[in-house]
Amino acid sequence: MSEHDTSERGPAARVKALEQLLVEKGLVDPARLDAIVDTYESKVGPRNGARVVARAWADAAFRKRLLADAVAACAELGIAGPEGGHLVAIENTPRIHNLVVCTLCSCYPWPVLGLPPVWYKSFAYRSRAVSDPRGVLREFGVELADDVEIRVWDSSAEQRYIVLPERPVGTEKMNEEQLAELVSRDSMIGVAKVTAPGKSR
Amino acid sequence: MDGIHDMGGMDGFGRVQPEVNEPTFHADWERRAFALVNGVLTLTGVNIDEFRHAIERIPPARYLASSYYERWLLAAETLLVERGIVNREELNRLAQPEQVSIALPAIPPKVLPAKARLRAKFKAGDRVKVRSIHPLGHTRSPRYVRGKTGVVRGVRGIYVFPDTNAHRAGENRQHVYLVEFSARELWGRNDRERLMIDLWEDYLERVERSTTVNGKRNSVPAHGKLREKKARTALAPTGRSNRNRSRSKNSGTSETYKPEKRRQQ
Repeated sequence: MSEHDTSERGPAARVKALEQLLVEKGLVDPARLDAIVDTYESKVGPRNGARVVARAWADAAFRKRLLADAVAACAELGIAGPEGGHLVAIENTPRIHNLVVCTLCSCYPWPVLGLPPVWYKSFAYRSRAVSDPRGVLREFGVELADDVEIRVWDSSAEQRYIVLPERPVGTEKMNEEQLAELVSRDSMIGVAKVTAPGKSR
Repeated sequence: MDGIHDMGGMDGFGRVQPEVNEPTFHADWERRAFALVNGVLTLTGVNIDEFRHAIERIPPARYLASSYYERWLLAAETLLVERGIVNREELNRLAQPEQVSIALPAIPPKVLPAKARLRAKFKAGDRVKVRSIHPLGHTRSPRYVRGKTGVVRGVRGIYVFPDTNAHRAGENRQHVYLVEFSARELWGRNDRERLMIDLWEDYLERVERSTTVNGKRNSVPAHGKLREKKARTALAPTGRSNRNRSRSKNSGTSETYKPEKRRQQ
């Protein structure tokens, strides 16, 4: 597959030429394109989601608001934007593990997680997350007990999902900032658990 | 369309391979492609459904051989040509002609859009079956749920209908529902797994009582309280009424969302 094709004959050349053509026609502004890149490369990303999760762990009232209306709760932290207008937070418990996929394309909650990683967009994940979630989780090193129910969320409509992972034991004394450091992007998609520092997953 | 993009439940793509410390973009062209396609969407005024459908219209072999941002690029090229903003000769000059996508034609739906339906047809706890439809155009009803029976777990609100909107055949606003399916129903397995998916009202039909679901009698009443009461009296010795009660309690987690306007481009 040509996932990282940079040859001049490949998509690299086409993007360059297409951009040039549209700029010449006065239809796109390169500065505007730079701004879009900058936003998604350095401003929007999983640190946003980690802040949301940490706040939910530290503040029970916020957690409740997040689960009731994730759009409004994220707005409290100044987090909003494209692909986040219909955000829903789903909570992991000792009995229920949530996993998010988009089988039809690669819908993803941009404002809280940034742009999706390659594996999330891969055909392997899109095809098997719904039919073999336990197998997929094992490929991420997550082994769930048999009595844990898996809920797979196929975000094929306008709802976008963020998983609220379980707060690991041994983090009771940590503050919100320290908690946010523990929260990985993968744990908010549902393919990882959050572990306390010093413990391997 | 029953295209290659509709991958839920397919086999053969191998293991999922996560990358450690993955960067947002893997090459500069991906950066530019992401931004450029965003720019093109604004420029062409296409809606999100048209864009998704343009990706789906990439011929299957090409789709599978292309990376995510290549598919975005191919879709953008298609839309620019179809909107008459760039012509095919200009595109061919940009690259080897065989690299430029010749998209499959968009085939609009035959159904005419109806007026916005503001009243939800289903409520939390209702049993629904996903219609076994095979539209030639765009749809967000994945193949793996079609013909399957699930339970409505929430009413999401009113949204533009992708099947018509992707073809500029009207917004056809209607309710979207969160529907839950068991792994047994979808995959014939008994695992402790559920599939949660948001589906538009037109994808769903009501499952009447007395039909069987997963080998069990469906105990959710289809019509009104009165009929339920009558039926309950008749069926009381089976303990059905108790089952009804516990079920409706479980489905009380109804996530009701305020009707919202869907994002518009």
